[in-house]
Amino acid sequence: MIRIKNISTFYRTVQGTVKAVEDVSFDIYDNEIVGIAGESGCGKTSLMKTIYGNVESPMYIASGSIELEVEEMGQKKVISGQEIHRYWWEYISYIPQASMSVLNPVVRIKDQFLDSFLQRDVRTIGKQALLDRMAAYLQELELPPEVLQSYPHQLSGGMRQRVIVAMATFVHPKFVLADEPTTALDVVIQRGILTMLMKLQKQLQNTFIIVSHDMGVHYQITDRMVIMYAGKVVEIAPTAIIFERSLHPYTEMLINALPRLGDDVQRTGISGRPPSLLDPPSGCRFADRCYLADDRCRQVEPALLELEPGHFVACLKREPGKEWSAHE
Amino acid sequence: MNEHFLEIRDVSKIYRVGGIIGATKIAAVDHVSLALEAGKPQILSVVGESGSGKTTLARMIARLIQPTHGEIFIDGKSMSGSLNHTQMKEFRRKVQPIFQNPFESFSSRKTVDTYLFETARNIAGAKNKAQAHQAVDQALTSVGLTSDRVIGRYPNQFSGGELQRVSVARAMIPRPELLVADEPVSMIDASLRMNIVNLFKELRDQYQVTILYITHDLSTAYYVSDLIAIMYRGNIVEYGPSSRVLKQPAHPYTELLLDSVAKIGEKWSEVMSLPDMETKEYGYSACKFAGRCPYVRDICRQVKPPLVDTGDGREALCFKLVDYQNVEHRPVTTDPITTDKVQEHAI
Repeated sequence: MIRIKNISTFYRTVQGTVKAVEDVSFDIYDNEIVGIAGESGCGKTSLMKTIYGNVESPMYIASGSIELEVEEMGQKKVISGQEIHRYWWEYISYIPQASMSVLNPVVRIKDQFLDSFLQRDVRTIGKQALLDRMAAYLQELELPPEVLQSYPHQLSGGMRQRVIVAMATFVHPKFVLADEPTTALDVVIQRGILTMLMKLQKQLQNTFIIVSHDMGVHYQITDRMVIMYAGKVVEIAPTAIIFERSLHPYTEMLINALPRLGDDVQRTGISGRPPSLLDPPSGCRFADRCYLADDRCRQVEPALLELEPGHFVACLKREPGKEWSAHE
Repeated sequence: MNEHFLEIRDVSKIYRVGGIIGATKIAAVDHVSLALEAGKPQILSVVGESGSGKTTLARMIARLIQPTHGEIFIDGKSMSGSLNHTQMKEFRRKVQPIFQNPFESFSSRKTVDTYLFETARNIAGAKNKAQAHQAVDQALTSVGLTSDRVIGRYPNQFSGGELQRVSVARAMIPRPELLVADEPVSMIDASLRMNIVNLFKELRDQYQVTILYITHDLSTAYYVSDLIAIMYRGNIVEYGPSSRVLKQPAHPYTELLLDSVAKIGEKWSEVMSLPDMETKEYGYSACKFAGRCPYVRDICRQVKPPLVDTGDGREALCFKLVDYQNVEHRPVTTDPITTDKVQEHAI
């Protein structure tokens, strides 16, 4: 599993420190698809980079730690911080946002594939053996083996994305992080890629962490969801519960703002805008847009509490002992 | 008064792709015809995936590019080809564009009101400061903003949703009859998107504006539109009232699109897999969807499909609806759906 402990990830900018992620803690279990949802600027991509240990200036980890449980030579051990680098690809892999442009345009796919392995492994297994295995693996992902001989521009967007997913999962890493894996793709291709991710996860029994702003994507493929707002985690619950009876007003209002095919309910957006992360307000960051907020919400910061097994909420109005019912 | 407010008559846009030698021609929009009734403001969504030609069509209607072939009429007057100064002025007053990314529509170094006053002066014909102020005030009110919240501010002082509202206000200054909005909410966060989409409904109802809403998002299209046109590879493959098209699709492509949307409240059923198609589809002379269609038959690969009136106010470009009969040679009269009208699709 991955333990995220009190992580704060900030950016140094000319205007000051942008607190992209502040004091976030939660666990990611084995054998699940976790979705991280939220709107632009809520910190979901920064959190992903932090988990992957890919922290480059001007981004830095201000506090907290990421602990990754791995098994090495039959022994369980916990790695964290800079050590995570050594386990990239093998234990944890990353499908970045805009991965269409991740492939090197002047290198054949097979060479990019081989490049992602340690020279040591290429030598012991043998180039041809590796390529054969890749061709077989690509076929499983519904890609013709000729893909290996092509350059990225010869492939369509959907095929390129499949190639990236294939590279990221080829050695069966325990954790696969995917940042908006289908955002630039058409719906038909999106469905193909997402179905492929689900199938892979079932087959490999590993953990996928999917970042997406699209709640429909989360509904379709995730088991559990983490909702972020303005650098904070506001709610964590199994996906079905998030959509049926979320407890945080932000989650509830966000889901109610989404139009659905075939239903004619009048929808309204949430008025206002998220606070600046240069100088986030004290108290609850959603208070200014919340229909439940009162003065206390603007002063006291809510803690993320487990209100029922597996359902965590950061909202003063939902704290135990308070009178509330879902969707009042 | 003319019968049609907007009429698109057999419009095509051909692009040459590739170098000087061996360039291929791609019909981004391929013989599209469409007409909107006059005197009845409506929201028409044009839905399609990337490369379907929806943006090209919108840009032709907004006169940002010229069609290679065909004509576009507004109130019965042709708006294609060259226009003189007066005609151009009239066109701009009637038709206004709204773009995808509001942060790109406004320069970050100018206050947004610069654009509002320029539009008031140059397009809406405000003669002096007072008139311009009045036009700007009214337009801002129409989108639910007030002058004191907008004037003197720079684009970065607004959220994406607010700034898109300002760009809708700008477009509303000359009191246009048609707004051409190309993916107006795709850059806007989900929680704010509805504010813009609802605004379109309000403008239609209160200000009698017809809105052409170009999008790839079926859910907002369903929510906002009266009519919907589904585009695929340069053709409108299905056209009709949005609830009917999206609830009981007639064209297999519409069906596929609806199946593929990551919906909330309904999980995907069977695993499906479709080949990723490339540009060669544009060049197909017969049905362009034939390569991916589950209902495909030989005729679909050989003959251009007919535009079939399904009898319930809809039109679809598909052989399946006429029992795969080649209507060119054998007119169908017995099938109940096709008795109304079977037109041969214009080539």
